[in-house]
Amino acid sequence: MTRELVTPYASLRAETLARDRGLREKVTTLEAAAGLVRDGEHVAIGGCHMSRTPIAMLWALMRAGRRDLVVSRSIASTESDLLLAAGTTKHIITSWFSQGLIWGVSKVMRHHMENGHARFEEWSHMSMGLRYRAGAMGIPFMPSRSMMGSDVAAELGADFKTIACPFTGERVVALPALNPDVALIHVQRCDAYGNAQIDGLQFMDIDLAMAAKRVILTTERIVSGDYIRRTPDQTRIPFITVEAVVEVPMGAAPHECYGTYEPFFGHMDEYAEITTKDPVKGMQDYLARYVYGPKSWTDMLTELGMDAVLDACRRGRSVYND
Amino acid sequence: MTRHEARSGTFTASELLAINAARLMRDGQTVFAGIGVPLLAATLAQHHACPHLTILFEGGVIGPKIVAGELPPSTNEQRCTRRAAMVLPITDVLLLLQRGYVDLGFMGGAQIDRYGNLNSSYIGGAKTPKVRLPGTGGGNDISSLTNMIVAMKHEKRRFVEKVDFITSPGWIKGGDSRANSGLPQGGMWRVVTDLAVMGFDEETREMTVLALQAGITREKVQENTGFKLRFAEKLEIAEPPRKEELETLHHLDPERRYTA
Repeated sequence: MTRELVTPYASLRAETLARDRGLREKVTTLEAAAGLVRDGEHVAIGGCHMSRTPIAMLWALMRAGRRDLVVSRSIASTESDLLLAAGTTKHIITSWFSQGLIWGVSKVMRHHMENGHARFEEWSHMSMGLRYRAGAMGIPFMPSRSMMGSDVAAELGADFKTIACPFTGERVVALPALNPDVALIHVQRCDAYGNAQIDGLQFMDIDLAMAAKRVILTTERIVSGDYIRRTPDQTRIPFITVEAVVEVPMGAAPHECYGTYEPFFGHMDEYAEITTKDPVKGMQDYLARYVYGPKSWTDMLTELGMDAVLDACRRGRSVYND
Repeated sequence: MTRHEARSGTFTASELLAINAARLMRDGQTVFAGIGVPLLAATLAQHHACPHLTILFEGGVIGPKIVAGELPPSTNEQRCTRRAAMVLPITDVLLLLQRGYVDLGFMGGAQIDRYGNLNSSYIGGAKTPKVRLPGTGGGNDISSLTNMIVAMKHEKRRFVEKVDFITSPGWIKGGDSRANSGLPQGGMWRVVTDLAVMGFDEETREMTVLALQAGITREKVQENTGFKLRFAEKLEIAEPPRKEELETLHHLDPERRYTA
């Protein structure tokens, strides 16, 4: 599927206009929400690295057998390993891709990229952010001052362009706006309409929500509309951008959700071990056990183990102990 | 990893890097720190000479105080926000670099060349990579927009004549080439290794050894470098790690997750 680098403004406006943006309840299931994502679409993943990753939603997409998604994220971690191994995507747009410094370079990412099975399209982290922001602002590009003189820029070919500032004459980068088809974002709480409140680190999620053509929220809990309206200053994503809301407790596990649970470190160590030993067979075993095997998300959490769940929750809540 | 003898006992190469890098920071500065040794070095500096050092993390944090024994797995998790002054979106914390609020950027690197260009993307080039590395993250933004300190192990395969891929630009081809490429600000300032501390010639922008680690010879540094190094006229000897510096590091990282 060929796509334009920058979504034409007319179609961006038309798609927004065509959506039902009224205050309506949007609560649905993971499975039904997965049906809102079509093969070949550009899916932006919220959170960053190992934090507030919408794992449960991605889990549902893998189980639904979605193919050929173009995936973008500020920083990609094990969730993108899974998407590569499951055949959900062959094209990841991000600034950095590995499980994390203490676990070394992802062998799964290496296997797919070094053998030419998939493409890792690399932009600097700020450039990723400014591309989403341009998308959120409804402008075709954002000027910026990094990436010039680097091979990261050279590797992007015609997608990387510089322009002369019309006022000062300086050369600046023109970063192409990124308007994903779908943004998947996991939050601590939202109401049934999709007004979402995010605790702690926001990453690029607000820009993601504003840039995307539709947003699927997963949330630790659904609160009342009155709850949101008592603290509207805490609302980060407005309902008018949101297409579906799914309540999924522990929906970012085994990654973290700020103030709720930390990463499941024991599990992540095991994951690193099996994928390092064999990035192909290890991933197949992992997918069979944790993605395709469980009957439900609750069943997946059971597979992680009650001890691990409680330990992650204890550590997660500890930010509020001081 | 190499273990050096010091008057205070033994320490790892990573500890030596963290300590030397921490000493390059000045109180009151604002430092953009990557994960691992950079984070540790900045926190170490806060505990000693720089109590008013402001740390920025890429995950969107201004002014955190890392809790000993609870080092984060990246700069994007809740552990990075402890006692912070502010959390903000990633894009906005990175924009502080572009706006000019950051004195120093500080990160590790896989491969560096004579002009301080860093590669963290591809070993063996982009077309047929031998190893696909994790990529730039914020590295390119930091090195494009502020003065940089890099901490890395000093090995011939890491210190190469020309990097396979410029992920994070240093002085590019030397001379004025950085500014001419569209990067008028910042640049590679110091490279700290387990063998030496290096800077860059003001005109040619070639890597120049400023100080040797204690017990290390010029020859040893050159032997472990894949290009001809310049040496400062007044070559200094770095002070070995002090007992209290090592104690702070052991306190911060008791499991040696970053400093093994």
